[in-house]
Amino acid sequence: MTVSPENQKLRPEMETDTEGAREEALRRAISGGARPAKPNGIATSFTFGWRALLKIKYIPEQLIDATIFPIMFLLMFTYLFGGALAGSTGDYLQFLLPGILVQTIVTLTMYTGVELNNDITKGIFDRFRSLPIWHPSVLVGALMVDGVRYTMASAIMIILGLILGFRPEGGILGMVAAVLLLQVFAFSLSWIWTTLGMIMRSEKSLMGVSMMVMFPLTFISNVFVDPETMPSWLQGFVEINPISLVVTAVRGLMHGTVTFAEISWVLVAAVILTAVFAPLTMYLYRNKN
Amino acid sequence: MNDQPQKELAIKAAGLVKKFGEERAVDGVDLAVQRGTVYGFLGPNGAGKTTTIRMLATLLSPDGGSATVLGYDLATEADKVRSHVSLTGQFASVDEDLTGLENLILIGRLMGYTRKEARDRGTELLHAFGLEDAARRQVKKYSGGMRRRIDIAASIVVTPDLLFLDEPTTGLDPRSRNQVWSIVRTLVSTGTTVLLTTQYLEEADQLADRIAVIDRGRIIAEGTSGELKASLGTGSLQVRLLHPEDRPRAEQLLAEKLNTSIILETDPSALSAQVSDTTQASTALSALTKANIEVTDFSLGQPSLDEVFLQLTGKPAEEEEAVK
Repeated sequence: MTVSPENQKLRPEMETDTEGAREEALRRAISGGARPAKPNGIATSFTFGWRALLKIKYIPEQLIDATIFPIMFLLMFTYLFGGALAGSTGDYLQFLLPGILVQTIVTLTMYTGVELNNDITKGIFDRFRSLPIWHPSVLVGALMVDGVRYTMASAIMIILGLILGFRPEGGILGMVAAVLLLQVFAFSLSWIWTTLGMIMRSEKSLMGVSMMVMFPLTFISNVFVDPETMPSWLQGFVEINPISLVVTAVRGLMHGTVTFAEISWVLVAAVILTAVFAPLTMYLYRNKN
Repeated sequence: MNDQPQKELAIKAAGLVKKFGEERAVDGVDLAVQRGTVYGFLGPNGAGKTTTIRMLATLLSPDGGSATVLGYDLATEADKVRSHVSLTGQFASVDEDLTGLENLILIGRLMGYTRKEARDRGTELLHAFGLEDAARRQVKKYSGGMRRRIDIAASIVVTPDLLFLDEPTTGLDPRSRNQVWSIVRTLVSTGTTVLLTTQYLEEADQLADRIAVIDRGRIIAEGTSGELKASLGTGSLQVRLLHPEDRPRAEQLLAEKLNTSIILETDPSALSAQVSDTTQASTALSALTKANIEVTDFSLGQPSLDEVFLQLTGKPAEEEEAVK
């Protein structure tokens, strides 16, 4: 031991001194929490959005789905199937890009549901639920950040597509409108996953179920091929598949051939999904055991 | 609506029931908690402590009974209750991916502070809780004690009138436990009411003004720690013998002298008994010495939770399967 006797003597005194100061700081801090005015739902939604952005900052890997995957899929499908399905990769790209864009964004809608499920398993869910706030903002905030993800993925895919030879006749306006419409649909679809996120026991089971739903829905659609070559019973399904409705509208907007009815169908689907699953999610949220 | 809540009681509950399927996790709990006091729920895992707290914090709706929290009706004024209470759950109630400071800012913003106010408040709390060095570290990298403190700090960003603490010190080392205790004491001294659950009699004894012992969803004893101890005897006499083969003899002797049932511990050389006062302990020691039974360890301690249970229910406190 190299501690000198003076030092040893000093130590307990210092300790009590800081302990006393700590105690005083504690007392002040505890009584210092004045109650501010209750914030509105928009403010708390933005706060939850800030939380979701921080999560991206700390776990940047979660952006792989929104960046690397779209590039991979677009390249793979264009060059694997283009020649066989449309005669040339260039022609196929005109058809494929809007479809695969929808498929990619639709797969990203699972995020908020999965995060919600994580919050429940970890316990912070209880903290949020015991706060005097507008409770849907927990999810609305996260969904707003999902919008950032969608925009990022869309931009990457469209830019890569343009480099590869995608020539949309709807121009920039058409592409922006297509991405916006897709975002509206994605927002409404997210509520299915938040509902399941409230019910499923774990992130894994939630992912399993959502893959089971999304895989057939995106493939048995008009994302990759024109349904005309399919047997008629399958065509029937493809036509009512909401994913096909979205793909038709997005394709139409990008190529400048969209009809009012095509856009309306997507909006109707979005309203129905939100009207059913958003209240259902919040009902489960309030009554979670 | 009642905006003039009654002053004296923080919690008043009558016949609270919560069922999970067939099981009655909480089976008719009555409560009266005075404002500005610490109330302790003492019981083993699965006794219904957490479920009761979750009902009082508006996280679960009761299947029966009624309660007012801070004068507000739990069933019809849940939002008012939420504005005045705060809950620190048994598990992480902060976001482990974010830093300590970010967590406090998050809560502060949600409560209505401006960005700057939330940051200042967070910094103040981190300093007061001895976490200033960890302000910019992700909570998942915190130690158990630090995590507990940030949990509590998050609960008092806006000073609550009533704080629920679910097993605040389970799994903590003694130093961290003392820190949490001192936080609770300071909270109460500034006027906050605290309802805490614990599995440790010592903790309830140290902190709580009144204690309710809970078993299988029911309150089986209630009172100040002094009242409970008086009803249970002074404590537990622990004896360890040098030679395990002496134990049957010691058991017989102690049973005669103390006129109480002797508990044979799993350690083959140890036995224990409930005694009502210290003179009984000295009687026991002299009897053992006279009989030439060599004793290596002899102590009079507070009854453990197990002993309290044994005394109150006639059966040991078994760990039942924890209820969600």
